[in-house]
Amino acid sequence: MKLSMWTYEGPPHVGAMRIAASMKGVHYVLHAPQGDTYADLLFTMIERRASRPPVTYTTFQARDLSGSTADIFKAACRDAVARFEPEALLVGASCTAELLQDDPGGLARTLDVNVPVVPLELPSYQKKENWGASETFYRLVRAFAGSATRPAEIPANSCNILGPTSLGFRCRDDVTEIVRLLTEEGLDVRVVAPLGASPADLARLPDAAFNIVLYPELADVTARWLKKTYGMPYVSTVPIGIGATQDFLAEVRALAGLAPREAGQDQASGRDRLTWYARSVDSNYLTNKRVFIFGDATHAIAAARIASEELGFRVCGLGTYMREFAREIREAAQAYGIEALVSDDHLDVEAAIIAARPELVLGTQMERHIAKRLRVPCAVISAPVHVQDFPARYSPQMGFEGANVIFDSWVHPLMMGLEEHLLQMFRDDFEFNDGAAASHLYPHAAEIIEDAPALAAETLVWTSDAEKELKKVPFFVRGKARRNTELFAASKGIRPITVETLYDAKAHFAR
Amino acid sequence: MNQPLPTSCATPPAATAATIRQRGQHEVFCGLTSIIWLHRKVQDAFFLVVGSRTCAHLMQSAAGVMIFSEPRFATAIMEERDLAGMADMHDELDQVVARLLERRPDIRMLVLVGSCPSEVIKLDLNRAAGRLNAHYAPRHRVIAYSGSGIETTFTQGEDNFLAALVQDQATRPAKSGAARLVVAGCLADVVEDQFSRLFSAFGLSDVVFLPGRHATDGLTIDSNTRYVLAQPYLGATAAALESRGATRIDAIFPLGTEGTTAWLWAIASAFGIDRARFDGIVDQPRRRAEQAISHYRPWIDGKRVFLFPDSQMEPSLARYLHQELGAEIVEIGSPYLHREHVAGELALLPPGVAISEGQDVDIQIDRCRQANPDLIVCGLGLANPFEAEGRITKWSIEFAFTPIQGYEQAGDLAELFARPLMRNSILTGRNREAAQ
Repeated sequence: MKLSMWTYEGPPHVGAMRIAASMKGVHYVLHAPQGDTYADLLFTMIERRASRPPVTYTTFQARDLSGSTADIFKAACRDAVARFEPEALLVGASCTAELLQDDPGGLARTLDVNVPVVPLELPSYQKKENWGASETFYRLVRAFAGSATRPAEIPANSCNILGPTSLGFRCRDDVTEIVRLLTEEGLDVRVVAPLGASPADLARLPDAAFNIVLYPELADVTARWLKKTYGMPYVSTVPIGIGATQDFLAEVRALAGLAPREAGQDQASGRDRLTWYARSVDSNYLTNKRVFIFGDATHAIAAARIASEELGFRVCGLGTYMREFAREIREAAQAYGIEALVSDDHLDVEAAIIAARPELVLGTQMERHIAKRLRVPCAVISAPVHVQDFPARYSPQMGFEGANVIFDSWVHPLMMGLEEHLLQMFRDDFEFNDGAAASHLYPHAAEIIEDAPALAAETLVWTSDAEKELKKVPFFVRGKARRNTELFAASKGIRPITVETLYDAKAHFAR
Repeated sequence: MNQPLPTSCATPPAATAATIRQRGQHEVFCGLTSIIWLHRKVQDAFFLVVGSRTCAHLMQSAAGVMIFSEPRFATAIMEERDLAGMADMHDELDQVVARLLERRPDIRMLVLVGSCPSEVIKLDLNRAAGRLNAHYAPRHRVIAYSGSGIETTFTQGEDNFLAALVQDQATRPAKSGAARLVVAGCLADVVEDQFSRLFSAFGLSDVVFLPGRHATDGLTIDSNTRYVLAQPYLGATAAALESRGATRIDAIFPLGTEGTTAWLWAIASAFGIDRARFDGIVDQPRRRAEQAISHYRPWIDGKRVFLFPDSQMEPSLARYLHQELGAEIVEIGSPYLHREHVAGELALLPPGVAISEGQDVDIQIDRCRQANPDLIVCGLGLANPFEAEGRITKWSIEFAFTPIQGYEQAGDLAELFARPLMRNSILTGRNREAAQ
């Protein structure tokens, strides 16, 4: 058993629901107890979907357990096919139904429902939401593209986009942005899947020259299978950030047989504003701001590159809740000289954030709670997210417009430059002081949670003058200053810590 | 399964039509959801769900932005190795509880909440609670109840929790004399305070609200104890109170002016207060409630309302809508009908109102579309899809999360129903009738 206050991912059948809800003509019969229909809310409320998700639940109750839950399941399948007339039927079990071992796949095969049935085996006690989505997509593609024949003549510039789903972080606008970008580059985007695709569309996947994987956690497995089966190459550079978008376009052009763009053409053409905004002198104060990044592997790795190369932050923490991508995140973290955090335990993440003492947290909905408690500015870069991150306005993360969105949303929570300067110069203003957070942020901020002592108590002797002087350090770097001073004092055997020690340490570390 | 089952109710209320009973997809929450309000009400309790990742995901999805970085609930997620051998399940649970209580030493009562997976594998949480209790008492008390979807629907989770509290409290030695009146059912703090003031005015002392704000507050019940239900979903709690000797004061539920007056009068008369004195005490708040309701009545009067099953509050809400706001009730859906407890409400409804117990959601949606009501009371899984069809909905979960009982909230309750109609009028610039 694992104690969990928060889960970063839902159970695998929620991933399967996301695939079913993304597509057209697919219905999902889920063997599940009464109450599991809560998952409908994710789609109707968080994503504000205007129709019920295409899912029929058996919603068995305790009294059904003495009878035949298998019969309830079969009846639900027949009713769903009769009522919704889908092109394909997904069948599977939720965690409780998995314990009953009714074998939805086997039962569905005995039904004469006259539509293709795709059974799902999703081990609920081992795997999670993204795995469930990836597996479901793979099973559907195998079922519908598995017997397709690849045409002899395929235009080199034709491609598919794989990975965007319902309930994905900004998938709706990422697809629009990337399709537009690729079309401008002279590519022919054939099928986007699973978002908006039908089973018939999946059967057309092998008709394109190559695949583009926008969300590896959802479509990597499928892209690899298409490569193995049909020899379709795929691009898996994720175009989040300017550098990544340029790399992505270069790879896509190469695969499509188009000439590479001349060096510097993108910057010169002014396709984004982030490059200039980050360059403008107002952004000077962003230099080396310490940023902690956590989220799904794709968004976390992309965010780290943007933060360090394009905005001039310093990455002081990088992690993901996806064990499947532990290797990738570790490699990325190594480049920033830090240890990656691979954990789905929200308490571990909280501890890591406290230890890293960042000035900005880029994370999920959960990191927002942690950052609020610690009074650290925060922006959301990855699922899981709540309703406010399914915005009405156009807000991609990918491509050049995505980079513009990212610049605005990441810089917004930080205190503005002038405010930051004044706070350092005049510390005792009755309105505009440490206790008052940035003027545009939460007006009823909680008390500052003082950093837990970093080292053993015997090294922590501060003179009262030194403590007072430490209070003059602006609050968003004070934790770091305390820790550095204590480390410095410990390494030199200095005790107690005086004002002099504080400034010696400052000179030593020279942020 | 989509066939309506024959009505098997022994004594249907004379005033209403035969109950529609159906077995199909139930679009409802499980009992775990009630933790979301219970953990705020009972301030020294921690609710530990023993379940799967689905349970944890449900809790955080349903609680949404309300989850704090330190909520007073969590899930012990069962994993593959727990299922492999039952023997170490209890050891695993002990470790989780130890970690939790170490982190939150301020917790006085730990509540183990059973889920579908824990019940299907027959993990005995009552036994676990007994064992943990022996270990942690008196610093922490440990009790258990079931909030699983296979056993409970939404508010029934609270019912099981209160029943467990009653059974637990009854085993403790009396601190003082027995309670004269127990008011059962979670009420907003402000509502509880208003009722307390009225009870004082009646001269009633030794009134206990269940649940109280502290799980450790004493509760002693004997054959002199009377209890009244403030919520209609408390079948198990009523049985538990009666098994300790308490007797029920029969009343309709305190929604709206009429409901609140009838509820308070049932209590007052049970304790021998005469009508003139009672009227003198409630006259002013009653007039305030009537005045507040009158602002919203024009919005609801004559409107046809369809209620989907959710919380078992539907018969009471329908009675209020009909009796005090002039609505016409098309269908009252309820996940379960405790006929004895809601008999008074049903008797106040006009003959022929359709009542459905249980659900086949697709067929019920068909009936609803067919009836084309002016307002649909339903859950969040259905509300936006109905709105997208141009229908007007009131999402029902809000009735469990908003202070609606008593005189001072009677207008607020009317406003909850009127709001979507008002909003539609604002956004379309005209009334719905005018649009047709």
